[in-house]
Amino acid sequence: MSGDKDKKTVDARGKSCPEPVVLTRKALESFKDQEIEVIIDSPVAKENITRMAKNQGYKIDVEEKDGEFCLKITK
Amino acid sequence: MNEKRLIALSGAVIGFLGVLLVYLGNAANYGICVACFIRDIAGGLGLHRAEVVQYLRPEVAGFILGAFLIALFMGEFRARGGSSPLIRFIIGFIVIVGALVFLGCPLRMVLRLAAGDLNALLGLAGFIAGIYLGIFFLRKGFSLGRYHNLSSSNGYVLPVLAVILLILVAVKPAFIFFSESGPGSMYPPIVVSLIAGAIIGLLVQRSRLCMAGGIRDLILIKDPHLFYGTLSLFVLALVGNLAFGYFDLGFVDQPIAHNDGLWNFIGMLVVGLGSILLGGCPLRQIIMGSEGDSDAGITFLGMLTGAAFMHNFGLAASPDGVPQNGQIATVLALIALLAIAFKNVEVGITSKPSKSVASGIKK
Repeated sequence: MSGDKDKKTVDARGKSCPEPVVLTRKALESFKDQEIEVIIDSPVAKENITRMAKNQGYKIDVEEKDGEFCLKITK
Repeated sequence: MNEKRLIALSGAVIGFLGVLLVYLGNAANYGICVACFIRDIAGGLGLHRAEVVQYLRPEVAGFILGAFLIALFMGEFRARGGSSPLIRFIIGFIVIVGALVFLGCPLRMVLRLAAGDLNALLGLAGFIAGIYLGIFFLRKGFSLGRYHNLSSSNGYVLPVLAVILLILVAVKPAFIFFSESGPGSMYPPIVVSLIAGAIIGLLVQRSRLCMAGGIRDLILIKDPHLFYGTLSLFVLALVGNLAFGYFDLGFVDQPIAHNDGLWNFIGMLVVGLGSILLGGCPLRQIIMGSEGDSDAGITFLGMLTGAAFMHNFGLAASPDGVPQNGQIATVLALIALLAIAFKNVEVGITSKPSKSVASGIKK
């Protein structure tokens, strides 16, 4: 993951809403046209980020593992 | 049920219950008020001696137990904490200072508006101003830090407290206070309040309804989702008030309200800013606390303490207006809130996209 220059990771685990959304939005604005991977551990953050990304026309892929969610957001 | 329907349904049911609880016994425009209910609980426990506002409101125990049980059932109960607990306690305290100067939490503000109380318009303006201010700090990188997983016992504290409050209000031991007049003396049977509270707790846990979050998301990410809940709450409460004949448009002689516009504005500005820094309105704090978020649980205790202080020292507003010392307390609370907000803006935000854009983003 660290070797992939076209992928940025937002680690918002342990962050309360709306921080994960704010961080994801900043990443989307800053790294246009790149895949953004967001790691979170709250279902509320998952819903909020998914809604925000979809509203802005992004594709989003959600994986759940051990209570954590990995969201892959692409154009 | 899809998310949009759920949030609209939650708002509608809560708006209607807000009016129905008045019909069933709560004081006028006092069907649901998280700040007032917490204040009444502080009074019932004897933490303040304002005789007209002492009652261990079973609605609050209902909020907690409804949200706790549904979170447990849906697998969303998780004990966590450690995100600046002491600062959250203080912000909870401050939010109640603002709410008891306006005379209501954001939810009661919407219910007051829906009953024609135009003083709540000034409150709404202050609330939106406070939310704008909060968003300014969020954009600057405000954060109270990360929470961590805790042992599950931490998550059971608030539900256990709710059960204890229920036992006390049902058994009525001599050391628990019950108002004999005023809003604290007006309430439906315990079981009615408890069931109404539990329905509200369940719905808010599932829909994530939040009075502060609705306006925040509208401004911050242009997402009206949560605001639909606020809107449907207002509409159903309005319909309910018209149907029950409670609607009375005007500024003067509104139930449990004063018409000092400036302090209605400043009080709700404090509530708006504080709610954004906490990540949710007072009701949302109780719901998160019930899902195992011990930081939100501590915020609840901060609100309880704040309510006790406001009435112990005669700082809270009444229909006569806001006492001078209450005005001083509100200004001091706002200064403290701003200091907390400035102090917790995380450094490390850069405008250069080539580096990390915030502390939580790795390249």
